[in-house]
Amino acid sequence: MAQLTLDKLNKRYGESAQVIKGIDLHVNSGEFVVIVGPSGCGKSTLLRMIAGLEDISGGDMYIDGTRVNDDTPSERGIGMVFQSYALYPHMSVYENMAFGLQLAKMPKAEITRRVEESARILQLEPLLARRPKDLSGGQRQRVAIGRAIAREPKLFLFDEPLSNLDAALRVQMRMEIAALHRRLKSTIIYVTHDQVEAMTLAQRIVVLNRGNVEQVGSPLELYDHPANEFVAQFIGSPKMNLLPGTLVGSGDTESIVRLWHGKTLTVPIATPASAEGTRVKLGIRPEHIEWGAVADAPYLADVLFVEHMGNETYHYLDSGKLGDPWVVRNSRRSDIAAGETVGYSLPPEHCHLFDETGKAFARRAPGKGAGRIPGADAPPITFAEPARTNALH
Amino acid sequence: MSHNSRTLPPSAAVVPPPAASAQGRKRSLQQRRARAAWLLVAPALILLFAVAGWPLLRTLFYSFTDAAMDTPEEYNFVGLANYLDFAEGERFGVLADPLWWQAVGNTLWFTACSVSLELFFGMLLALLMNEKFRGQGLVRAAILVPWAIPTIVTAKMWGWMFHDQYGVVNDLLLRVGLIETPLAWIAEPTLSMWAVVIADVWKTVPFMALMLLAALQMIPSDLYEAARVDGASAWQRFRRITLPLIMPAMIVALIFRVMDALRVFDLIYVLTSNSEATISISGYAREQMVSFQEMGVGSAASVLVFMMVAGIAACFLWINRFSHEGKEARE
Ligand SMILES: Nc1ncnc2c1ncn2[C@@H]1O[C@H](COP(=O)(O)OP(=O)(O)OP(=O)(O)O)[C@@H](O)[C@H]1O
Ligand SMILES: [Mg+2]
Repeated sequence: MAQLTLDKLNKRYGESAQVIKGIDLHVNSGEFVVIVGPSGCGKSTLLRMIAGLEDISGGDMYIDGTRVNDDTPSERGIGMVFQSYALYPHMSVYENMAFGLQLAKMPKAEITRRVEESARILQLEPLLARRPKDLSGGQRQRVAIGRAIAREPKLFLFDEPLSNLDAALRVQMRMEIAALHRRLKSTIIYVTHDQVEAMTLAQRIVVLNRGNVEQVGSPLELYDHPANEFVAQFIGSPKMNLLPGTLVGSGDTESIVRLWHGKTLTVPIATPASAEGTRVKLGIRPEHIEWGAVADAPYLADVLFVEHMGNETYHYLDSGKLGDPWVVRNSRRSDIAAGETVGYSLPPEHCHLFDETGKAFARRAPGKGAGRIPGADAPPITFAEPARTNALH
Repeated sequence: MSHNSRTLPPSAAVVPPPAASAQGRKRSLQQRRARAAWLLVAPALILLFAVAGWPLLRTLFYSFTDAAMDTPEEYNFVGLANYLDFAEGERFGVLADPLWWQAVGNTLWFTACSVSLELFFGMLLALLMNEKFRGQGLVRAAILVPWAIPTIVTAKMWGWMFHDQYGVVNDLLLRVGLIETPLAWIAEPTLSMWAVVIADVWKTVPFMALMLLAALQMIPSDLYEAARVDGASAWQRFRRITLPLIMPAMIVALIFRVMDALRVFDLIYVLTSNSEATISISGYAREQMVSFQEMGVGSAASVLVFMMVAGIAACFLWINRFSHEGKEARE
């Protein structure tokens, strides 16, 4: 198992397009790191640079302390699973897995042992004689993984390996990959644009945006303490609501924000005095917005539409001129219908605050289980059933 | 009948059921499909018979007669005499003619040489064009030029280039110092076949290259990347990935080229006229038919040409069908 170190890694295509902009990253031995980001942010490019399939334009890359910039993929000792599986169509499953070993001039008996071992781990034994075209998507994916395993690489690279599978199979393969990592204890770098995959698989997540690393951290760190607006909105589904406002009071423990409609909210977030008077954005996750009685609730909004998931319900609240509706996520069923008006409140301990540039102010409170801050205005009032009114506005 | 049609809305009966057919059963969907398919290919089949089948049958017919070219309606049946005949202890007929066997040898030699050279150079060009470089589109268009030039023009052009006194080929070779005296490319029997092969390769390499290029472009690039990760060298990638995957297209291209080469006539005729050193089987048939006015013998030779080409094509198809790799890579 290997460590990987990236030192100011750069990639440019031609003169103008810089796709990877100086990435520093250290991946520990045996670690499962997920690189996540929106489409076109450079995830595949970065992974292919690590693999040695793409030249490195600048910076250095080390595997176990050895500089590998100029090594071929096989010299780097990596195994890669491609998004499209990239199985050799003219070879059987066995031959697909044995190909790399044959090229390495390994003794026949050893090849057989390794292929059979990988096939056993991935339950591919009954399929060894088949051709890729006679396999289902999930089986192909397993063969692609098996081909990587058989070579016993120091470093596994996965490029969106599940994106061609249907939802159910994706969940299953996700668990299989997690189990595989526990079993092989290998270093894995896994690329995806699906934040659910990132959250469930990763020990550490690297959020990539336009060739820059936005934040690196454990899944819950990223969820509870996003470093900026981008990470806040990218991690978590449905995404975090952002409410515009102005910082009217700063402090080491609390800050006061005047929201767009004039009401103020005191949040347990430290802000410097210099930021006072600047525009900020208050972030709150859909599951943290709480319903209140229309009479007492600090805020009112019309429900635009409702999505019933069965186990939970999403209400989309009209944000007026601010654009996208807020999303409220309820773990209970609800009979509130579109067109009704509801009251809601924003529990301060769950709020995030971002400055004008989108950078987060440090939160004191962890996401869950924090005590309420006494004196914060608009204490949330929760009811078993959301209160509402049919009054017209 | 009625119990079947009751379940269908009236509009569903697109094909009217055959009235009171013996079995009283509606044709199955598959049968109807087969019928439609036959109807659709019928015009093509009829056309094919008119332009290919009928002349072939006529040729076959004349090959059993002693008709002459200027009076084809006056003929006697002579059986297989045009092919092979024994009289007074001697053998006659096409198959007994040493020139025929010389033509067969020439044709096979020409086919083997030019098709394998075309395959080699075509593959090189295709691999080259498959790489990304500036001016790729221009090169792909330019490479087609030799293929687009009519064979007669090609032959004339190469005839001049191979000219022993004024030809550019001799001039170049002299300047480089490879030869000391000009070579008689066309007149010298040992060289003239090579002159023909070179001209043919020049003309048909583009076809081969484009066929192979099309096949190369069907191979997803991530297969090569997977092979690189597996540690395959450039040669191993070509040998183990590229070659098996383009094999079906390559065999089709080879069939086309071999059949074309076996029928070669115009290039040889224009470049080296009636030289025995280069005469092909088609040239032999033409000579019997046109120069000697022997319609029967010429027809017999033509039938033999046809049988040879058809036989070799059938062999190729058979190899293609039973080549395991080819079958797998086709999809
Ligand atoms: N050969 C190239 N020349 C110029 N730009 C390129 C080239 N290859 C990729 N890019 C650019 O690099 C950026 C990153 O591409 P990359 O494939 O790494 O994205 P990605 O994060 O993997 O996206 P996705 O999630 O859609 O796979 C894209 O904006 C793309 O347009
Ligand atoms: Mg990608």
